[in-house]
Amino acid sequence: MKFGVLQFPGSCDEVDALAAARLVGEAELIWHGERDLQGADAIIVPGGFSYGDYLRAGAIARFAPAMESVIDFAREGGPVLGICNGFQVLCEARLLPGALLVNANRRFTFRQLQLEVVNADTTFTRACTEGERLSIPAKHAWGRYYADERTLAAMRDKGQVVLRYAPGQSFNGSLHDIAGVCNEAGNVFGLMPHPEHAVDELTGESLDGLKIFESMRLAVDGAPA
Amino acid sequence: MTAAASTAPTLQDALALGLTAEEYELVCEKQGAPPNVLELAMYSLLWSEHCAYKHSKKLLRTLPTEGRHVVMGPGENAGAVDVGNGLACAFKVESHNHPSAVEPFQGAATGVGGILRDIFAIGARPIAVLDSLRFGEPAGESATRTRYLLDGAVSGIGHYGNSIGVPTIGGEVYFEGPYEHNCLVNAMALGLGERERLVRSAAAGTGNVLVLFGAATGRDGIGGASVLASAELDAGDTSSGGDSDKRPTVQVGDPFEEKKLLECSLQLLARDLIVSLQDLGAAGLTSSAAEMASKGEVGIEIDVAKVPLREAGMEPFEVMVSESQERMLCVVEPANVAAVLALCERWEVNGAAIGRVTDTGRVRVLAGDEQVGDMPVRALVDDCPLYDLAPQKPASPIYPPPPRTLHADATIRDTLLALLACPNIASRRPLFEQYDAIVQSRTVRRPEQADAAVLALADGSALAVSIDCNGRRVAADPYTGTVQTVLECAANLACAGAEPLGTTNNLNFGNPEKPHIAWQLTEAVRGLGDACRALQAPIVGGNVSLYNEGATGPIYPTPVIGMVGRMPDARAAGRLGFGRAGDEIALVGPFAPSLAASELAKLRGQALPDGLARVDVAAVHAAQVAVREAVRAGALSSAHDIAEGGLAIALAECCLAGGVGARVELGDLSGRAAEALFGEAPGGFVVSASADALSELERSAPVHRLGTVGGDSLQLSMAGGAEASGDAGGATGERVSVSLEELARAHARLAELFS
Repeated sequence: MKFGVLQFPGSCDEVDALAAARLVGEAELIWHGERDLQGADAIIVPGGFSYGDYLRAGAIARFAPAMESVIDFAREGGPVLGICNGFQVLCEARLLPGALLVNANRRFTFRQLQLEVVNADTTFTRACTEGERLSIPAKHAWGRYYADERTLAAMRDKGQVVLRYAPGQSFNGSLHDIAGVCNEAGNVFGLMPHPEHAVDELTGESLDGLKIFESMRLAVDGAPA
Repeated sequence: MTAAASTAPTLQDALALGLTAEEYELVCEKQGAPPNVLELAMYSLLWSEHCAYKHSKKLLRTLPTEGRHVVMGPGENAGAVDVGNGLACAFKVESHNHPSAVEPFQGAATGVGGILRDIFAIGARPIAVLDSLRFGEPAGESATRTRYLLDGAVSGIGHYGNSIGVPTIGGEVYFEGPYEHNCLVNAMALGLGERERLVRSAAAGTGNVLVLFGAATGRDGIGGASVLASAELDAGDTSSGGDSDKRPTVQVGDPFEEKKLLECSLQLLARDLIVSLQDLGAAGLTSSAAEMASKGEVGIEIDVAKVPLREAGMEPFEVMVSESQERMLCVVEPANVAAVLALCERWEVNGAAIGRVTDTGRVRVLAGDEQVGDMPVRALVDDCPLYDLAPQKPASPIYPPPPRTLHADATIRDTLLALLACPNIASRRPLFEQYDAIVQSRTVRRPEQADAAVLALADGSALAVSIDCNGRRVAADPYTGTVQTVLECAANLACAGAEPLGTTNNLNFGNPEKPHIAWQLTEAVRGLGDACRALQAPIVGGNVSLYNEGATGPIYPTPVIGMVGRMPDARAAGRLGFGRAGDEIALVGPFAPSLAASELAKLRGQALPDGLARVDVAAVHAAQVAVREAVRAGALSSAHDIAEGGLAIALAECCLAGGVGARVELGDLSGRAAEALFGEAPGGFVVSASADALSELERSAPVHRLGTVGGDSLQLSMAGGAEASGDAGGATGERVSVSLEELARAHARLAELFS
């Protein structure tokens, strides 16, 4: 399978996401100004500070030509993963419900965190088991997940809350400790922590992040090779 | 000619810009006439301490700059060392002290921006940032100002590094009274590039075009190099004026603009579109253009009317001296200009052809058709007079003793916890958690996991980096204190398993025109040279920051040292925390602890001693080599260098980092408990390993077995501790036991500063 990793001016973790995706499949960068998704089977919107995060995190990136194609791709059911700034972009693009506000501690914070898999029956978590703990780092200043109560209730009912910070782990003040959510159709997923930074023995504190990429490969390719 | 430029400036104007009367006279002589406004502005900047190093250049020439790993030495935007496989690591440390004292957030942010530009200006991709910070005491009268500066500087460093996607992987911070009015913010950056493709900044090729690219030029930062960086700060704090009127001389940073500039610059180089490249830092276009011309022994012509401006109506001299951030200047063959400008457009940065390389040996400045300045390159760059220092050891102490904060009858337990909680030793987690340490996926050891930061390279090897300086020890003895600082960096590398390749330094000192500061500077540079020669870790670049004085006197002399090393196998990188219950613990190396200038002496309110014990550099070096080889061989579970707070604090740090306790037998400490437990000196390591591995290590270094790893507390047993009560060391029993939880609580005390 082939991943396409978007690259905006101001993207920071696109090379990291590219390398992580290449552990399970092929992957190429897609320049923000291009509309052609190069035949990618899945799209990753990476972390960083697209367009400097000016105006509002992710607010400008959603209008990039490449994002217009990604929105069409997602509407047709293509799998889209948004990591950190990518999650913010997907919320701004209305591909995901809710919004990300400034951290409760009001500081950029980098920490290795324990996450809990709430829903293991998704395109992005099928290599995990429900209730499993994942050790994955988070690093952001705007990661406090917010949605109104009605939306939250509907999301819970439909299994859209995919990952939660384990008790006592969240520094950002997200409602219900939500760390990652998917859309109703289940093909678009965003999370604040960085799975691409937990894929390698040498530089990761764990390999748990690989499960997200592996899940996507399973979803696209079918049964394990 | 504009109205401002038509009025010929006078000697008074020159003095106001920081030149001396003699220097002004020399400028007139070199020009053959009194300079106009623009020319005077350019001379005043290039002849400032910041640009001309006029009080330090002669000393710096004594430093060792050559070695088998050196690819690029001092004089370029950054130095570089060979790291194998055709790759070079570029690195440099620079200060942004006075801007940070005036406006800490932007001062620190643009400090990071500036050092990153130095790295990619030579064609290396920035891969890491480290920082070295100094503030006043975070408690007592200075608490408000210290917290304001600390919070602003840390946020500023994080803002820039995080946003641009370069990890901040390490650093250090000290809190001492003498930095209260003049904080220090030094930033170091590392980059990686192909050795054969690193670029120099010398302009070349008559007729080639000068292209300025990056942010538009505005009025920010005008006079930063001369007014701010080359004079003492005034008295006063942020609330009551003081230096706050200098705030407009501080530049404003935009990491997004720099991120685009970085990618654009590296692509220009990768496509061989440019001849040479230089960043715009202090003194803006003035210094960049003049230095490129000087290094290439050519002339340069610039038309200020072609410079993209952020605001209308800027005078030509303002365009030439603006310190607007995120700009680069390159020399391009005429045939490639279109391609260069097209790439700028792709990255959405301004690009403009603003001038050309000439064979005149002069810097000519035009405003459209009109010539507004014309100066010989040599006069601007090379003819600033260099001054001899008049060093004199002060007859009486310069620095007042610190206030006492540890009560006189403190026990060993009290002392251990007080040291662990004190601002210079407590965990730096509340700072480094504000930095992205892992972007770019090279970080093998994160902060507090090892004594040095470790970055993996593609071939399986790794770089290790350390930055350090204990200014109090340098103040007590500038020569020996500096030697110890260099040894400390090398010890940190050894604990990670790395061998030094090269060194960078930032000499932060007071006013060198004062004999006692000149003495500190001279002695420190002598120590730096001797230590780097002994370790074969040559100086490949650095920076000098003088005039760091406030109303209450000079800062502690602070020669910040950054050292880069390499290890063959990233997987063998050392850790500082105890890892395996049952391992034996040992003290390794020729460690001769003393309380002189120690952290405990500070808590006790003791004045600085006059001099430190001389160091047997060869013996310390041998111990470092032994530890390094043992780490590389995978023989040690942990290795940690003994620094502030001595052996007991090193043991506590090993417990905390590993999340496991230790039982330690110290033997008979009669009459010397405080020295043995809390005394400081170079050459000591705490390691943990199997008994067999320690026996092996004993063949190459002194090994003193102390106990075993295990349990959930740190237990220290000794004979003779009781008689060492009170100020002599303080113990009421012979066995001290502190739970990990209690250690952790004390160690977490810095968090209060950010609440």
